[in-house]
Order: sequence, then structure tokens, then C-alpha cells
Amino acid sequence: MSDAWEPRPVPDVTPETAEYWAAAADGDLLVGTCEACEAVFHYPRAHCPDCFSEAVSTTTAAGTARLYTFASPERIEGWPDEHRPLIVAQVELDEGPRLITNVVDADPSALSIGDRVAVRFVPTDRDDVAIPVFEPVD
Amino acid sequence: MGADAYIAGAYEHPTREAPETSTMQLHAAVARGALDDAGLSLVDVDGYLTAGVPEYTFALQPLTMADYLGLDVSFVDSTDVGGSSYLSHVGHAVSAIRDGTCDVALITLAGRPRSRAQATGSGVRELRTMQDSFERIYGSTPISQYAMTARRHAHEYGTTREQLAAIRVAASRHAQYNDDAMYPDPVTVEDVIDSPPVAEPLHLLDCCVISDGGGALVVVSEEVASQLDREAVPVLGHGEAIGHRDGGRADVTRTAARESGSRAFEEAGLEPADVDYVSIYDSFTITVLLALEDLGFCEKGAGGEFVEGGTLEAPDGDLPFNTDGGSLCSNHPGNRGGMTKVIEAVRQLRGEAATPVQVDADVALAHGTGGVLGTRHSASTLVLGGTEP
Ligand SMILES: [Zn+2]
Repeated sequence: MSDAWEPRPVPDVTPETAEYWAAAADGDLLVGTCEACEAVFHYPRAHCPDCFSEAVSTTTAAGTARLYTFASPERIEGWPDEHRPLIVAQVELDEGPRLITNVVDADPSALSIGDRVAVRFVPTDRDDVAIPVFEPVD
Repeated sequence: MGADAYIAGAYEHPTREAPETSTMQLHAAVARGALDDAGLSLVDVDGYLTAGVPEYTFALQPLTMADYLGLDVSFVDSTDVGGSSYLSHVGHAVSAIRDGTCDVALITLAGRPRSRAQATGSGVRELRTMQDSFERIYGSTPISQYAMTARRHAHEYGTTREQLAAIRVAASRHAQYNDDAMYPDPVTVEDVIDSPPVAEPLHLLDCCVISDGGGALVVVSEEVASQLDREAVPVLGHGEAIGHRDGGRADVTRTAARESGSRAFEEAGLEPADVDYVSIYDSFTITVLLALEDLGFCEKGAGGEFVEGGTLEAPDGDLPFNTDGGSLCSNHPGNRGGMTKVIEAVRQLRGEAATPVQVDADVALAHGTGGVLGTRHSASTLVLGGTEP
């Protein structure tokens, strides 16, 4: 059974990603949306990766997704042994885009592609930064 | 003769572990080997291409290497898109030669990850790019990403572990004839499946070796080639492309080989059915399977069936591949296998491959995959012709 490992290392918070990490600390998962072409994308950035418009904003995702694919590496430098097994995944948000994340509170041998998962947030050493991860839901 | 440019020199360093040698020394050794092979010397070189010394990424490559080698060149390129860089370098050298910018282009690779005890793709806390904060902090590494790609391919197309293993089996049967191969012993499908899991569905024998070493190529103009006392391999076509996460919408089972391959075939005026031998970058077994599909050797999703039944085994399979044992069994110098793919293709076209696995090849394809499938990757494809008397 994997666990969440908290507090997590702090990500590199940049001017265009600060809103994303702060929203996570408040319990919201943000996705980027383009006002020009309606693309929905992840990770956040200050332009649309489809049409290069700067008319982009963020919306709060429902936080529900399907497991697109996953792996459970046997060895990985820097990941604490007591927080293994590690499950790395790509999950497909109900809004469309996929993101790389962890599935927590799960047995990797019991997971299947297509399983429903829901977001939850693990703290870091910074109060205004949290990390979105996902856990299985029925 | 008749192509714009030719590969006149190719050399692979025989070492697989070089604890007492500097990486720059390895660059110089492979440069000397490839120039000797071509019958040229360092003063003939007027173009230089390298993706650098992997352990010195800060070093403004290729200035550091040009200084060390003592080069004086009119064309320089340091494209670094991972392991496929050296195939792109061949394409870029051909363009420079076609434009008249240079006549003799030297391409070098060297690295010592084995001696430096470097674990490939490790480190959760090392955030080097903005994307690492959305990927690496979750433990996303090359092995995780390729495993996720393999798992998704199995889900969509029914690809089995036995099918992936067939790729390693073929490579290992070739490696037994290569005196320099790190793992020269043939393995079975069961050996691959029973090897320790690295990240399901990939096991240890689905993964390439980690080796020190290097290689070099010399690409020359038609005029220079015609003056050499050496068979030269015409470069018929080159294509390159990149793939990325596309805002979170990329299909991880699809690679940029689709674009790089079609561009290379178009330039060569050929198609997959014309190819007699393939060198395919083999960081993992799944890397080979996806490349074969996306280069057009079989339908998308049919790669598993395609590689079964000895298709890839020389000399009798329908599409012999990696007759030196490839990066799965022989050599993956500096965690970058693109260079050795070109070198073995050149050996095949010159009739210099090991005797039992020498293929009667008029057209060979060499393909590189760089970066990491599932996040950001590069693809570079070369179509090479047979030598002419
Ligand atoms: Zn847009």
C-alpha cells in the first residue's frame, strides 16, 4: 500500500506557477483555459499551447479523473524507503488534460487503467504550497 | 556516387568501462578512430558536431571539445536532444556540406556513466527545469515513463511481455558474435520475464546496459569521398522531429518517429519495404516496438505481433535489427545509443558486420529516440544506401 509522503519537497515556484501551487494549498486543482480557442491544458503557463494566445485564465477542476497509465518503480533515488511503494501515474482529468502525479493509498497490483481517482493535496514545507496527488475512489 | 554527402569514417570505442580515462580523452580517441577509418586526419576536418560531455552540461559545448581537440572549423553544431542527437548531427552535417559550408564533418560522442556510478534518471529533489516541478517531484524518471508507455500500449493493443521480450532475445542472439558486447550470452523469453522487475511491465532485461565509451563519424562531400581509398556510405535521407506533452493531451504510445521517418523516407525517395536492415534505438524494449510501428514497418498497435517469430533476427528474419547486440546487450555509451546505431548500420552496408549476422543490405535505416517518451522526446531517422565500388 503506497502512502502520501508528507511533507513533500517544495517545487520550484515561479511567477507563472505560483497561483497553481497556492490554489493547491487551498484545496483546489487548477487547469489552464484559453479564452481564444477554448483549449484546456496542464501544466499552467502564461499562454495557450495551442494558439499562443495570452488570453488565458485558470479554472478549478472537479478533481476527478481516470487512471490513464501508471508505474511502480522498484528503485528510485531520493524517495524515502518508508514511503514506498511509489506509484507514478498519468491521470486524465474529467476536463480533458492529463497530468503526471502519484496515486496514494493504493496497492499497485490492484490498480487498473481506467480506474476512477480523485485529487487530494499533500503539504510541503511551505504553507502556501501543496502538491496534488490522487487516490482511488469507487 | 551521386549523394550530397557520405559517411566515410565510423568508429566505436571498444571500452565499456573506462575508470582511468577522461571523457574528453574518449572523445579524442573516437575522433582519431573515425578519421583513421576514413583515411583522413584532424587537419582535414572543417566541421565539428557534438552533443557534448554529459557530465559537463555547463561547458558551452562544443567550444570545450574544439579547444581540447585543437580544431579549426567553419561549421559547428551542438544540437542536444538526447540520444538521437548524433543522427541529427549527420543530417545537419549533410546540409552544411550541401550548402558548401564544410567538406569534412566530424561527429563525436563519449561518456562515462558506468565509471561515475551514475544511476540513470534518478533524483526526486533535483529540479532543473520548470517541468520537473510537475513531473520529477512525483518520482517521474525515464524508467517510470517508459514503463507507463509500455503499460498503456499493452492496454490499448494487447501487447504482451513475451512480445517485448522477443526484442531482447533477438539482440542477445546477435551479441554473441560481438567480442566487445557487455552481455554476449543469448537469453530466452523466459529469462527476460523472470528477470527482476524494474517498473512493471519492464524488467531488468527489458532495459539497456549502462556503459562508458563513445563513437565517432566522419561525413564528407562527394568530392572528398571520391578521393578516399575507402568505401563510403551515401546518406540518402534524414528526418527529425520532437514530441512533447501537448498541454497534457499527448498519446504516450505515439512517438515523433512518425514524422522523422516519413521525412527521411521522402527525402530518400524510398519506403519501409525497401529497407533491408534497421538499427533502432533500444533504451528499452518498448522503445524499439514503438519506433517500428511509427516508422511504418507495421500498423500502429501491431508491433507486438510483428516482432514475434524471429522477425528481427539476422540473417534470416524479415527485418534484421541491431546486429551488434545494440544498447540492450552491447553498448550504451554515455546513456546515449544513437551514435552506435549509425555505426552498426555503416558496418552492415560496408559488409563489416560479424560474419553470422552480416545482412545482404542495399538500404539500411538508423533511428534514434532521445529524451523521454511520455514527456518530451526527439526522433531522428537516417536512410543510408549501399556502398558503390
Ligand atoms: Zn488557445
